[in-house]
Amino acid sequence: MADTTTRAKFRWGLLDVFVVVFALIPVLWIASLSFKTPATLTDGKFIPREWTLENYRSIFSTDQFVRALVNSIGIALIATLIAVVLGAMAAYAISRLDFPGKKLLVGVSLLIAMFPQVSLVSPLFEIERQLGLFDTWPGLILPYITFALPLAIYTLSAFFKQIPWDLEKAAKMDGATQGQAFRRVIAPLAAPGLFTTAILVFIFCWNDFLFAITLTSTERARTVPVALSFFTGESQFEDPTGAICAAAVVITVPIILFVLFFQRRIVSGLTSGAVKG
Amino acid sequence: MADIVLDKVSKKFPDGTVAVADVDLEIADGEFVILVGPSGCGKSTTLNMIAGLEDISSGELRIGGQRVNDKAPRDRDIAMVFQSYALYPNMTVRENMAFPLRLAKLDKETINAKVDEAAKVLELTPLLDRKPANLSGGQRQRVAMGRAIVRQPKAFLMDEPLSNLDAKLRVQMRTVVSRLQKQLGTTTVYVTHDQTEAMTLGDRVVIMRGGAVQQVGPPQELYDNPRNLFVAGFIGSPSMNFLHAAVEEGRLRTALGDVPVGDRLRRELEGADAPRELILGIRPEHFEDADLIDDDTRQRGMEFTAPVDIVESMGSDKYVYFTVEGERASAAELEELAADAGAADFAGGGSNLVTRLSAESTVTEGQDRRVWFNLEKIHLFDPSTGRNLTLHEGRAAGALAA
Ligand SMILES: Nc1ncnc2c1ncn2[C@@H]1O[C@H](COP(=O)(O)OP(=O)(O)OP(=O)(O)O)[C@@H](O)[C@H]1O
Ligand SMILES: [Mg+2]
Repeated sequence: MADTTTRAKFRWGLLDVFVVVFALIPVLWIASLSFKTPATLTDGKFIPREWTLENYRSIFSTDQFVRALVNSIGIALIATLIAVVLGAMAAYAISRLDFPGKKLLVGVSLLIAMFPQVSLVSPLFEIERQLGLFDTWPGLILPYITFALPLAIYTLSAFFKQIPWDLEKAAKMDGATQGQAFRRVIAPLAAPGLFTTAILVFIFCWNDFLFAITLTSTERARTVPVALSFFTGESQFEDPTGAICAAAVVITVPIILFVLFFQRRIVSGLTSGAVKG
Repeated sequence: MADIVLDKVSKKFPDGTVAVADVDLEIADGEFVILVGPSGCGKSTTLNMIAGLEDISSGELRIGGQRVNDKAPRDRDIAMVFQSYALYPNMTVRENMAFPLRLAKLDKETINAKVDEAAKVLELTPLLDRKPANLSGGQRQRVAMGRAIVRQPKAFLMDEPLSNLDAKLRVQMRTVVSRLQKQLGTTTVYVTHDQTEAMTLGDRVVIMRGGAVQQVGPPQELYDNPRNLFVAGFIGSPSMNFLHAAVEEGRLRTALGDVPVGDRLRRELEGADAPRELILGIRPEHFEDADLIDDDTRQRGMEFTAPVDIVESMGSDKYVYFTVEGERASAAELEELAADAGAADFAGGGSNLVTRLSAESTVTEGQDRRVWFNLEKIHLFDPSTGRNLTLHEGRAAGALAA
């Protein structure tokens, strides 16, 4: 018995290691490339023979990248905030209330999530040009919210459903209004769900390339994934690979920080002790 | 503090379910009223309507003389204790208890004083800084009570507050609840499934079935003078024995022999639309070992002989189970009661007779035994309506009443 479990553990462990290595090697490869000098860039060595920070220095010295970074952070944060707040309200209604058209609402939001984004690109381009939203922050924030909302509503309503309804009734009996019950009892318990959703939505906005490349044309609203594709290096004859890798590393860092920061708040079992004995 | 009046209160859910139908109930100021009934009979719905958590479909609800149908829970000034306790897991015990006071915008010192006082009453003082997750079931229960009593509301509503506790703790908490209610003198409506809680806690008991009130009264009165078959079978543990009885020329043919009937009952059974079949009900304690009774007592009852199935000696008395032949008593009420109790606990309609005999009885398993039962204490029910025919002006009169 004990023998089979250790063997099973070993097999699973091996599989885990394989998956992690498989997923991480490209990332590490990019990190490695970002520290190489142009001369050693193509030597095929995993660990750079000559270390340099020149690539990083070069991307931060160009206005191009810094502007894109600011755009990315600003647009992703604003879109995340709005999507999570709206999503929380919608999810709360869906999980708690019985209202006519509820099924339709859920169905439509599912439809939006499944709609091929690529087919919306040209109409959106036309619409935004007409409305003067083209190449502006709101021009990207709006479509991001549209596509992030279904995601937010789904994850959040799953979280809200876990919160015992009795708590809300208890709050009402204790003298809370509907709003107070939500703010002081439900929202704190839904916090892990809110953070999880925030992470997912943020990553979605941060990584988007399709909308960003079609709905922007200048540095005004261009985000990092797009800016990367325009990278040319400092002079026309320079190979931009090193700089692109450095930029890729730089835009990965906020995501990692974001996840690490919020992960500590995703404490499971926050609702334990609320009900039953 | 206030009285609570339900005036033809009904609840119809959007899907058409009528959970509560025309309930009339007057709960006096300071009274402790128990709602009992089988699962799904509308107890919680009634309580939620009083609380304001469910809308009232029709009828009027008055608290302290004021119509409150359209008032939100927060404006009714009522506290509720939930079966699930519903403690706020993100708050400490102190914060949980202070929550209603903070919402009422009391100042910090008053809040602390009130919470400390309630904590002392409920022996929660050492636990004030813990989170609910780190409390035992009984402690959580007391915190839930504490949260209800801190703000001195007009009334308490409790929905099966003790049903998640183990048996021993339940007995302890029962006395806590009872003591607390007496001490505070606050009007209380208490929903329960538990016979013992219903019989011991309340001033009055309300028995519900299928959304309708069956009978309201002090526990002893419901026990002695049940208005119908349902109440008779619901109250009492072990429950009343029910036997089929055929009406035949002034007597009733039953598995225990022919039962004579008095004039009053005979008149009732002579009517053209009078039932030809009845259900006879006898409580276990109205049987006795025929060897142990004096002649005086013997006159008031009759005897039969039956094989002894099982003898359970409780020390103070003996529960003796007999097998009797004959048709089973059948009525919708009995089936419902059996379903609610789980067939094992409810022998009422079957061919098993549960009796409680004196400890001195020498009865042994397997023998045939002569048993006496008290005719003045039997109840007769009309199987179609469930009505208790032996009830005369609210009092049970037995079979022989003239
Ligand atoms: N939201 C609802 N919609 C439709 N029917 C409902 C709803 N809530 C309750 N009911 C029905 O109303 C009836 C009464 O329910 P209620 O919860 O009051 O029963 P109860 O007496 O408290 O039962 P229990 O002892 O099991 O708690 C049940 O038949 C139930 O199915
Ligand atoms: Mg209930």
